[in-house]
Amino acid sequence: MSTDQQTTPSRVRVTSSRRGAVPVGPRPPVRDLDEQTALGDVYLAGLMRAQLRLSLAVVGLTVVGLAALPVLVTLVPDAAGTTVAGIPFPWLVLGVAVYPAAWGLARWYVHASQRIEADFSEVVEEQ
Amino acid sequence: MSHPLSLAAVVLVCLTTLVVGGLGLRLSRRTSDFYVAGRTVSPRLNASAIGGEYLSAASFLGVAGLVYGSGIDMLWLPVGYTLGYLVLLVLVAAPMRRSGAYTLPDFAEARLGSRAVRLVSSFLVVAIGWLYLVPQFQGAGLTLTLVTGAPGWVGGLVVMVVVAAAVGAGGMRSITFVQAVQYWVKLTALAVPAFALLFLWFRAGHPAPTVPPDWHAPLSTNGPGDHPAYRTASTVVALCLGTMGLPHVLVRYYTNPDGVGARRTTVTVIALLGLFYLLPPVYGALGRVVYPVLPDGVRSDSIVLRIPGELADGLSGDLLTAMLAGGAFAAFLSTASGLAMSVTGVLDQEVLRPRLARFTGGDAPSVRGFRYAAVVAVVLPYLVSRVTEPLGLATTVGLAFALAAATFAPLIILGVWWPRLSVAGAMAGLVVGGVSTVLALGTTMARGDLGGWAGALLANPALWAVPLAWLTAVVVSLATPRQVPASTTRVLVRLHTPEGVAVARPGLRD
Repeated sequence: MSTDQQTTPSRVRVTSSRRGAVPVGPRPPVRDLDEQTALGDVYLAGLMRAQLRLSLAVVGLTVVGLAALPVLVTLVPDAAGTTVAGIPFPWLVLGVAVYPAAWGLARWYVHASQRIEADFSEVVEEQ
Repeated sequence: MSHPLSLAAVVLVCLTTLVVGGLGLRLSRRTSDFYVAGRTVSPRLNASAIGGEYLSAASFLGVAGLVYGSGIDMLWLPVGYTLGYLVLLVLVAAPMRRSGAYTLPDFAEARLGSRAVRLVSSFLVVAIGWLYLVPQFQGAGLTLTLVTGAPGWVGGLVVMVVVAAAVGAGGMRSITFVQAVQYWVKLTALAVPAFALLFLWFRAGHPAPTVPPDWHAPLSTNGPGDHPAYRTASTVVALCLGTMGLPHVLVRYYTNPDGVGARRTTVTVIALLGLFYLLPPVYGALGRVVYPVLPDGVRSDSIVLRIPGELADGLSGDLLTAMLAGGAFAAFLSTASGLAMSVTGVLDQEVLRPRLARFTGGDAPSVRGFRYAAVVAVVLPYLVSRVTEPLGLATTVGLAFALAAATFAPLIILGVWWPRLSVAGAMAGLVVGGVSTVLALGTTMARGDLGGWAGALLANPALWAVPLAWLTAVVVSLATPRQVPASTTRVLVRLHTPEGVAVARPGLRD
């Protein structure tokens, strides 16, 4: 505390016009995601549902594909004995054909999931 | 059999591992270098590294041995190993990378905010890692004994020392290079002899393999026990879901630059694995040509290493055996380094670093704790591998998959996709899945396969233990809605939002 008291400045009224203020208008939904509003939760739930549906479709296709061979061999016992180029048909399916099929499915999945994410980004980042 | 050439191949593979690992020493500076290679590994390099790490003794030697013994039904194993990555890709790959965690326990803690779940996960990581390391050491002993006549303990010891040195030297950064190199070493070492042997077999008038009855028939009773359909389905479920729960597999996902990179990596991994798994059945069938009956005292696991000596004579046979022995060692080394890496990470974080910091008042460099942990991580499973009777390489590896499938798979999948997972639910799922699997497999190991339905259910628990763990987690979560972590939505936003969208990513390291 200094001893030489300065005269306190007289009060001034502070005002501002709204002219320079940030306009209140539409805002990108990504803020809702961030702030976890009800709207943000809807966006997130939509994204997760789309992705999960795609994932379960791939899993389902895989299960069906795997089960096909045992079912076929049970229903048509002769199929197990069929040979292609001297190699029994079940060996070709389980030893060779599975791998390119899995690879193709994986590629398709990556493509489709990237599409979902691109759509999502477009929706939440629009002004 | 004593081949100086095979010995040279094994030494060469070990030296390569150490030299390439040493390169990483110069590049590793920060903690994130040690754990996740600075998160800058490109999808191609990472895919080779994942392939190199994943193809273990079980794939290199075990699958061919099982195909030799039991025929077509054993092809489900490599199919399951590969499809595990497809399941991982569609359910967890990108969210896992986006979680930004270093290890599985990190993920559990970030998602659920619970120290207790973290501790149980850490315990499981170490248990699964050690269970998977044991057959690698046993395979190394088997290989070295077969090709050089060294006593059984030497092979495991060599692998242990090389792995501890490589992991301790540069952590994840050096291991990534080591493993990427080793995938191609393994593929070459299995493919070149396969084509050479097929050529020799063709020139010898391509004699038909002598096969036991039902060798060609899918789901026959020729396999290890009755109820083949149940056993096969259970094995495939264990492999498909277990892959994502293996600690050394998931830790690799954290090294991708982003979620999209994680997905691309996985697609390449599936291609690399598929390429590799075309080969073991060739050895199984050639084994049937060479040995109509398994000679006394020969383990079917060693069939791959024995075929060249029977089909080719003199120097060419020695050369082919040497290639296979070198490739097999690459398999033990790379898988063991990946496992040792994740076990080391957990031991360091949970056990050593806090204690070391207390002893030294925080003076010890954090890298030192990591290096002590690397030693601990490999010595214990090595000792276990010396006292337990080998079960068959692919069988022991199967136990680790079953345990991972019944514990981590429900935790990760529910954690990524289900907002209502509660702390108590996650914990109950882990405990129920883990305890039931360990009890079932323990009974089978102690008493042998009981036969009938009881034997099938206990020897292959995945098909009932996984749904049980799943159901427990869901029911307990629904019963304890107040234990759903408050941070759930924030974490899920982070797990699922693509990187391009600018949301806050709290706690994202590096």
